Amino acid sequence: MAEPTIEVVEAAEEAVDPAVTTAAALKEKFPDLVDDPRPNFSGIMVPADQLLAVARTLRDDCGFDYLSSVTGVDLLDDGKMEVVYHTYSIDQGGGAVVLKTQVDRQNPVVPSLVPLWPGADFQEREAYDLLGIQFEGHPDLRRILMWDGFEGHPLRKDWQEAFYEEESKPFKSRWPEGHVFRAEERTPFGKNVKYPAGWNLEDLEFDTDEEIYTGLTISRPKSQTDIRTDTVTVNIGPQHPSTHGVFRMVVTMNGETVVDLKPVMGYLHRNHEKIGERNTFLGNIPYTDRLDYLSSMSNNHGYMLAIEKLLGVKPPERAEWIRILMVELTRIVNHLWSLGFLINDLGAFQTPMLYLTIERELILDLFEATAGSRMMCNYMRFGGLAYDLPPFVRSQPTIEFLDELIHTRLPQILEEIDTYLTGNEIIRERCIGVGKLSRKDAIAYSTCGPVMRASGVNYDVRKAEPYSFYSHLNFDIPVRQNGDVFDRYMVRVQEMHQSLRILEQVFPHIVETQGMPILEGEPSYNVRVPQGGDAYGRVENPKGELGYYVTAKAKGTNPERYHIRAPSFINLTPLGLMSKGEKIADLVVVLGSIDIVLGETDR
Amino acid sequence: MYGLGVFKGLAVTFKHFVETYVDEFRWSARGGRYYNDDALKVRQSLKSEGAITVMYPEEKLETPERFRFIPFLVMDDPAPGQKAGKDWCTSCGICAKVCPPQCIWIERGRQPNGRPKPEPEGFYIDIDICMNCGYCSEYCPFDAIKMDHDYELASYDRSTSHIHDKERLSKPISYWRKIAPLQAADEEMARQKAEEAKSQKRAARA
Repeated sequence: MAEPTIEVVEAAEEAVDPAVTTAAALKEKFPDLVDDPRPNFSGIMVPADQLLAVARTLRDDCGFDYLSSVTGVDLLDDGKMEVVYHTYSIDQGGGAVVLKTQVDRQNPVVPSLVPLWPGADFQEREAYDLLGIQFEGHPDLRRILMWDGFEGHPLRKDWQEAFYEEESKPFKSRWPEGHVFRAEERTPFGKNVKYPAGWNLEDLEFDTDEEIYTGLTISRPKSQTDIRTDTVTVNIGPQHPSTHGVFRMVVTMNGETVVDLKPVMGYLHRNHEKIGERNTFLGNIPYTDRLDYLSSMSNNHGYMLAIEKLLGVKPPERAEWIRILMVELTRIVNHLWSLGFLINDLGAFQTPMLYLTIERELILDLFEATAGSRMMCNYMRFGGLAYDLPPFVRSQPTIEFLDELIHTRLPQILEEIDTYLTGNEIIRERCIGVGKLSRKDAIAYSTCGPVMRASGVNYDVRKAEPYSFYSHLNFDIPVRQNGDVFDRYMVRVQEMHQSLRILEQVFPHIVETQGMPILEGEPSYNVRVPQGGDAYGRVENPKGELGYYVTAKAKGTNPERYHIRAPSFINLTPLGLMSKGEKIADLVVVLGSIDIVLGETDR
Repeated sequence: MYGLGVFKGLAVTFKHFVETYVDEFRWSARGGRYYNDDALKVRQSLKSEGAITVMYPEEKLETPERFRFIPFLVMDDPAPGQKAGKDWCTSCGICAKVCPPQCIWIERGRQPNGRPKPEPEGFYIDIDICMNCGYCSEYCPFDAIKMDHDYELASYDRSTSHIHDKERLSKPISYWRKIAPLQAADEEMARQKAEEAKSQKRAARA
């Protein structure tokens, strides 16, 4: 078999932001569209009855063919429910055209965009689940994160959790009269969970899963051969070593071939977004670490971009360089881990994974010495960083450590991956042609990151809408055309090479800027947004595009709405499509190649 | 040739396998590869070769200065014969306000006339809730709360021993100087500078 040609496509230079011109063109074509009238809010207000037509024009005529994020906002004071759509153009790059639709809060019905973008499927289900927005025309509008029979919609502003204390932190019971209590002692319901009226746990019949199975093909098909076969529905997970966490796949199989698949998630749901809305701006940073816990540094970064837009601060130069250093190291950490696990899923149990973990440990040593924790870094602050680099990492001067890590150790491991794994015939046999996703589907299903780029889509937030200092750096976006598991593997390997290229360029700046400030202004625990408004910060996380949509009131100390566009969650939308017709053993590999982290999927 | 890739891969595995034994041989004259502080330092650095396993709990990794695990309260070194020194905490409540999961409870001290006294009456941290973010120590204006390095806190009963009170939380400043010498020195310098600036101001006013 021929050696794979490594294709690297240069990103196109961008000119004027196409989002601005497109928004103007849209408003010209549809006279009913207006800009969001609230100060510092961006986006176009679309009446619900025109939404489908506007979205179709946007997708087909304007080239904004990528629906990145769909989310709801509860506007309790106005009695409205708002749905916010972020669309991007794959070819033109640039910023987002944001569509907003407001409907009555009592009866929130919005047309579903699933017919246009199948990628809206899970996101609309999430908005229905957590906010109670009805999406008319959605093929399968069920709860996705909460369990069936859960009472209420937890992200609504008037919904209160079992351990409810106050609308927002800090709670008054902590100081100055802090009489300690355990949360369980004070739950208003006497239990952790509130059940709907009329629910009695004793006579509960466990038939709630029926809805999951109904859409699946469970009828006996006409056999093509003379052998009588029957399809079987199997649950893989939620407790299964190959599902990377508590994640369940309901699979209908004909023999060993997957006929249909539905992912079931939410087992790790903790309502991160509600916690975030109760919490202060600063208090949310350590929580973002716990989303995709393998790449906490870049989670921090995305949140910083969103809040820094609201605060109007910019980090100093050294802070930006260190941020890029940390984020790119995180990318290598994440990809080493995900490749190791992919090989694990293929059946090469533990050995390759542990070899890849060695270098990961070294990078985590740097994180630990710098930020104080290996994985829950909590390192970035609004307008900079918490600390400068430490003088020593594992009793070696930091600069010397970084030098050796970037110029010796990491190139070594990347080379070793190539000899060890890439050429391995077993891996190639198992991966090539498995779990195919076409370019068209990759865009329509809102996939992102390596999954998308393996399907021939040349899109990377670092190039399309450069943030931080990425526009000053020289790197390529690895793109491959086949859209199978092997290409996803190769894209990750090549991305590590590109990250290394970035690190080599960043390293001299780290040396040069030593002793320069790392934080704009004084560190302050009391962060207030001066003007309010909304902001969307997105970064190219190792797993794909991670976006934070935050709205705040003027002088607010906590976000009014805090939404996360989680790449792990949205990349699962085409899982059913990718695994149809695959063998059940390959299904595990397909899931592994998407590279999900349940902390982020379920939030 | 078909199968060459598999053999190349096996060679890598074999290399890793042999490296550990070579390294063990190298250390055999110098106290052994395991249970030896010098060897552990090399094994956990960029120079490591072969297996990087730490034989916990016989061997323990050195925690970096900034390592954070559950806060403790700083107090003066106790006078001889005394159990506790003076608390540095003034019960200003910043740590309780900034704490993201709200795991800190502070009872502010009161003077006999009912006015607040800059000393905590009670200080509680529920370590089940604490997420080790380090904000309390980062934003404390008096250097009175610091993140500990003692991570071996497993216990059999979470309902009785996981809310740490002031007595359990308080540790002398000499302990902080021991676990984080560079940081402690920096803070001391900053405090001295602030003190000097204050006295200069006072002198200028006089």
